[in-house]
Amino acid sequence: MTTRYSKEHEWVRLDGDTATIGITPFAAEQLGDVVFVELPEKGKTIAKGDEVAVVESVKAASEVYAPVSGEVTDANAALEDAPQTVNEAPEGDGWFFRVKLSDKSELDGLMDEAAYKAFCEEL
Amino acid sequence: MATDISDLKRTPLFELHQELGGRIVPFAGYAMPVQYDGIIGEHHWTRDRAGLFDVSHMGQRILKGPHHETTAKALERLTPGDFQGLKPGRQRYTFLLLDNGGIVDDFMAARLAGEEDEGRLFMVFNASRKEIDDDYVRERLPDGVTLEAVEDRALLALQGPAAAEVLSGLCSEVADLTFMQAARAEIRLGDGRSAKVHLSRSGYTGEDGFEISVAADEAEALARAFLAHEAVKPIGLGARDSLRLEAGLPLYGHDIDETTSPVEAGLRFAIAKARRERGDFPGAGRILAELSDGPSRRLVGLKPSGRAPVREGAQILGASDAVIGEVTSGGFGPTVGGPVAMGYVDRAYADPGTELHLAGRRGAEPAEVVPLPFVPHCYHRPKSGAKQ
Repeated sequence: MTTRYSKEHEWVRLDGDTATIGITPFAAEQLGDVVFVELPEKGKTIAKGDEVAVVESVKAASEVYAPVSGEVTDANAALEDAPQTVNEAPEGDGWFFRVKLSDKSELDGLMDEAAYKAFCEEL
Repeated sequence: MATDISDLKRTPLFELHQELGGRIVPFAGYAMPVQYDGIIGEHHWTRDRAGLFDVSHMGQRILKGPHHETTAKALERLTPGDFQGLKPGRQRYTFLLLDNGGIVDDFMAARLAGEEDEGRLFMVFNASRKEIDDDYVRERLPDGVTLEAVEDRALLALQGPAAAEVLSGLCSEVADLTFMQAARAEIRLGDGRSAKVHLSRSGYTGEDGFEISVAADEAEALARAFLAHEAVKPIGLGARDSLRLEAGLPLYGHDIDETTSPVEAGLRFAIAKARRERGDFPGAGRILAELSDGPSRRLVGLKPSGRAPVREGAQILGASDAVIGEVTSGGFGPTVGGPVAMGYVDRAYADPGTELHLAGRRGAEPAEVVPLPFVPHCYHRPKSGAKQ
């Protein structure tokens, strides 16, 4: 499986035509304790750059922008009762939603792990 | 995220905050730790054990006159508190008032008992307001009374149910202090050294605790002496805010400002009876009218029915979605286990149990007016029930 990263600190893990999306450990650490996550509804069509989710920490709310375009096929309902999962396992059980990609070439515009690591180190 | 903190002022504990892994952010012109391990954990730790806060950015001030009566009268020209009647070793919460009844700043003022402290009131201004307060006070002081900014001392707050036990272990004088009492004391630092401090049994978390003024060059040793106790952890500004919000304590610049009156803000306890009778404080016209007729709006507790925090600035909607007020503080209350907020509402909507809506980023969501505080205060009040 291929994982790509956006400059907005989302990870995008491709499995066939479907990508699972979440926020990176760097983003989760920066946000602090997550207390609420608002996710897109299943079936919604999203375009790259759309504001698709909101993650609220104790201190502030932050938008999550779609790193890719497509149709939302699933959202992580478990985050409703356990938003802290985003801090505990941002790259695992703390995933946000899944998208059936409409344009797989959008992944080419995202960073691979090494590039993302270098990106974070410059921040 | 790469905040440039080099232009910011630093407290005497700045290096300790860095060493302890504090995440440093700008706050009122200072580089301050917003959190160490995490806001929720730090919040719970303070409610369960004891949290150590650096509040050295706040403005320590001494109002100095020839004797207590003169100094107290000078402060009474600016506030609605009874300072002539303030006994040695006691502290009061008060506020500087404008002639329109608005609040310039809210603060504590303590009268220490020692002979060397005669004629002095020790005050702690909000960091964001201290220069404004200085100008405001100095322009209105009579001859013979001066306001001195204390620049060579740090201020630490030790808050939580274990605070008294921790402090008593280092300092025998504090065990008998009750809420809003103040004293000079010596705290053992280890190595046979000790720090001369003045402190009060008070704070900004709703918990029992102390605020301790210490010489800047002894602040780090004092902080380390506290942190050496297994019950004490360092706490950042993030948890300070969630703790005070749950305790229903207003934050200047958010819940109170130059447009809000103390009656609207639920601070009528700090308008002394003798002062009401004399009506001799700034803004008395508005404030006395609000005391007798009720204010047109009131600061209330708001409990959103959902799980999402509602933030400062969200509109409060009444019947027919009419805007009847605005959220002035809002966030997640870890002890409450959900979102909590405060805001001003039209008096018709101010009773607990009133249902209304809060229009934040997700659109209008239901909420209920609830009594403040959200979490009961745990102050160490005298057991006798004697009038303070």
